[in-house]
Amino acid sequence: MNWPVLSVVTFLPLLGALLVMLMVRGNGPLAKGTARWISMWTTLVTFAVSLVMVYRFDAASAEFQFVEKYEWLLGVSSYHMGVDGISLPFVILTTALMPICILASWTSIQKRVKEYMIAFLVLETLMIGTFSALDLVLFYLFFEGGLIPMFLIIGIWGGQRRVYASFKFFLYTLAGSVLMLLAIMAMYWQAGTTDIPTLLRYNFPAGMQTWCWLAFFASFAVKMPMWPVHTWLPDAHVEAPTAGSVILAAILLKMGGYGFLRFSLPMFPIASHDFTPLVYTMSVVAIIYTSLVALMQEDVKKLIAYSSVAHMGFVTMGIFAANQQGVAGAVFQMISHGIVSGALFLCVGVVYDRMHTREIAFYGGVVTRMPIFAAIFMVFTMANVGLPGTSGFVGEFLTLIGTFKANIPVASLATLGVILSAAYALWLYRKMVYGTLKPALEGIKDIGLREAVIFAPLVILTILFGVAPKPVLDMSAASVTQLLDGYNKAIATKTAATASNPVSVAR
Amino acid sequence: MNSLNDINVLLPVLPEIVLAVGAMALLMIGVFSGDGAARFVNWLCILLLVAVGVCVVMLPAGRLVLFEGSFVVDDFARFLKILMLAGSAGTLILSLDYLTSEKLQQAEFGVLVLLATLGMMVLISASDLIALYLGLELMSLPLYVIAASNRDNARSTEAGLKYFVLGALSSGMLLYGASLIYGFTGTVNFTGIAKATQNGASIGLIFGLVFLFAGFCFKVSAVPFHMWTPDVYEGAPTPVTAFFAAAPKVAGIAIFVRATIVAFPGITHSWQQIVVFVAIASMVLGAFAAIGQKNIKRLMAYSSIGHMGFALVGLAAGTAEGVQGVLVYMSIYVVMTLATFACILTMRRDGVAVEQISDLSGLARSKPAMAFFFAMLLFSLAGIPPLAGFFAKFYVFLAAIKAGLYVLAVIGVLASVIGAYYYLLIIKIMYFDEPAKPFDSMPFLLRIVLGVTGTLNIVFFVYPAPLLGAATAAAKSLF
Repeated sequence: MNWPVLSVVTFLPLLGALLVMLMVRGNGPLAKGTARWISMWTTLVTFAVSLVMVYRFDAASAEFQFVEKYEWLLGVSSYHMGVDGISLPFVILTTALMPICILASWTSIQKRVKEYMIAFLVLETLMIGTFSALDLVLFYLFFEGGLIPMFLIIGIWGGQRRVYASFKFFLYTLAGSVLMLLAIMAMYWQAGTTDIPTLLRYNFPAGMQTWCWLAFFASFAVKMPMWPVHTWLPDAHVEAPTAGSVILAAILLKMGGYGFLRFSLPMFPIASHDFTPLVYTMSVVAIIYTSLVALMQEDVKKLIAYSSVAHMGFVTMGIFAANQQGVAGAVFQMISHGIVSGALFLCVGVVYDRMHTREIAFYGGVVTRMPIFAAIFMVFTMANVGLPGTSGFVGEFLTLIGTFKANIPVASLATLGVILSAAYALWLYRKMVYGTLKPALEGIKDIGLREAVIFAPLVILTILFGVAPKPVLDMSAASVTQLLDGYNKAIATKTAATASNPVSVAR
Repeated sequence: MNSLNDINVLLPVLPEIVLAVGAMALLMIGVFSGDGAARFVNWLCILLLVAVGVCVVMLPAGRLVLFEGSFVVDDFARFLKILMLAGSAGTLILSLDYLTSEKLQQAEFGVLVLLATLGMMVLISASDLIALYLGLELMSLPLYVIAASNRDNARSTEAGLKYFVLGALSSGMLLYGASLIYGFTGTVNFTGIAKATQNGASIGLIFGLVFLFAGFCFKVSAVPFHMWTPDVYEGAPTPVTAFFAAAPKVAGIAIFVRATIVAFPGITHSWQQIVVFVAIASMVLGAFAAIGQKNIKRLMAYSSIGHMGFALVGLAAGTAEGVQGVLVYMSIYVVMTLATFACILTMRRDGVAVEQISDLSGLARSKPAMAFFFAMLLFSLAGIPPLAGFFAKFYVFLAAIKAGLYVLAVIGVLASVIGAYYYLLIIKIMYFDEPAKPFDSMPFLLRIVLGVTGTLNIVFFVYPAPLLGAATAAAKSLF
């Protein structure tokens, strides 16, 4: 059987969105229910189909699989889709988290449910498309298109300062990305195609690499987000509805890291090598500085948002360490962070739904009324800290090893971040869960069945990947090896050229 | 026998002849049946435009030249004529209900639009300076009149007068430039001028070129000759504004591109810097000046100034890719403009037209379908993928990058980010704010126009090949 499984996975959610748009009329409880159920089934079916891809995926091969290619923009660009070991984990992460997001919004979203579900389903299509596009223009289309639904999600269903947050999110990301678009065009005129597999084998001249690298970096650094262009993230996170925060933290941020792995490192290896000190500096500052900032937060969501920035610092560090451990660790860290930070935002959502505040000082002694919640929150807090046995540990450990191999001072400084992350995460946990029960929290109820269903898979995955990280590492291993082979070869060629002809460097 | 041959010779101008004769006939019908038949006459005008469009399509293929090289029908002209006719017909459809409800039922409205359209047809095909000026004036005079067509309204008459005075000034400049060019090259024909300038140009010719460009910039409302645009857009009746924003822009850009590419290929570096400056100034001014606007028509004026800047980025490249970019840009621009004005024309409360942006407050709740289309249009105008507006910008910048105009491209995309801000402000008002009193129900014709153009805008990315192919062929015919 040879059906286009990747396109089906990509566009099923869009179909679901159309279905919601056409089938749901009015604003009554029945209409809301229909919208929710259609979305739920759409995302579940999408997830099931994406599992078919996992089953059929050949992890031993570094080639792109499930490839589809059709004529699209005459001559310039084609509809070219496919996944390899680096992108497939992100596709699965997306499809797996979507049903959870829909379920998490089941009762907390009561106004304009139809539009909400449409926005999420469209967003899912765009996110999957971003990870599986094998053409630069197509990639840009999905990458930027995601701004529209996310802008609406933050702006319509967000909190007090939602307008400010949504504008900041949109304009920051757009400003970063338009320069990447120009770089894409320059690459097209240089190489004569926007086809990613072809470009991966193309050797761009060194001078051009520098400019293109910077243009791509502008986009991915904002998306990631790296210090100092991370300031949109805390605002967006705080104001977004719970499911919006989950998607933002778990998937949208990963597009930056994915971009580094897919474009910056393999297409501009020389520039990547030259700019590694810059990336190291920004990563270390992010890890230490944002961890310290997280320590000072009074809003739960803001604290987790800053901790996300710090964790993404490990990812960028690992990617640019450019060795097997660093890159594989970065991929793993991104998947793990997707699960853990998503779950942490869901935890915040649980208490927020009950008390409608995210102020840390408001909570205390929650464990006496919500023991199950306290246990779940504990698992994710520990994973966020990077405790061995949780998925958070594997990613941080591998990226640190990789960096240690490449640059010892950077790795040593980054290790400080591990301690700081323990400090703020444990401090948050103690403030919220332990201590004497605040009188306002007397009537708070423990999690119900719906919430248990949301958290169960996340808890299982966090611990499973912590104990046995092999599935994810195996899936990406071949592709990572190929990426690094190409990278090292390019660096070696350049070094050899410099050694034999020092004049060209002086010029 | 001989006379029959002469008629055959005139075949390339058949669409223009049909339009001219039709317009005269409709003028007679309008005059003799009075204002009561205005709606009927306007419908006939739309039908006539469709018929002319059919004529354009049916013309024999290839490059047809007439009147000793002053009138050319090539793929470039065919493409832009179809586009411009669609723009004219679209705005006429938009105007029908408005004219009825505002009691502006004048039979001559449609006829004046036809005459202006005739001028644009001539302008698009013009291949020497005389035909250019003829077409330009034939286009402009009816436009001055319809800008003031709401005779009892001070703002409308002010708009008409302002447009007339400034338009006359720009025509004078253009004419002065044309005479300088003639004086220094000894010919008015574009190909002749190209021959005369293939080895560079004298300073006098450059002066002529600058004056010529000033006239073009005025017609397409590019900075620094844009000042009339906000006032005229705001003052003129809304369907007239829609018309100004669509068809004359297409014709203006058409002659700008044809004159520049065909007549001055030898001195590309001279005109390129002018076009680069005009493009940058228009994009930046359009983006910044629109931010503070409260009136949606004024905002659209600044938006169209910005869009002309983006379209000129393609011309600045001066290559076939650049011209293709301009053509794609203008096609998508016309679609977006028609759709946007269908939305603006729906802004009526209790039978009275409202124009403040704040009137759109909470539209997503009161009119979800319209708000959805409008929001997608605004995202598209901002150039966000996967909507049509993204592809428009994509092709012009693609050409600019190939031509090595990196600074222009970087400033352009950054201006588009700034421009995105004010489009987002409107979306914010429609989606994030509390609903105001709902608008009156949307007239059927506006629904049709918005439905068709709005859907085109959203699904363009699915199958863009026909437009891209036609634009490529049209661009090649100039080189």
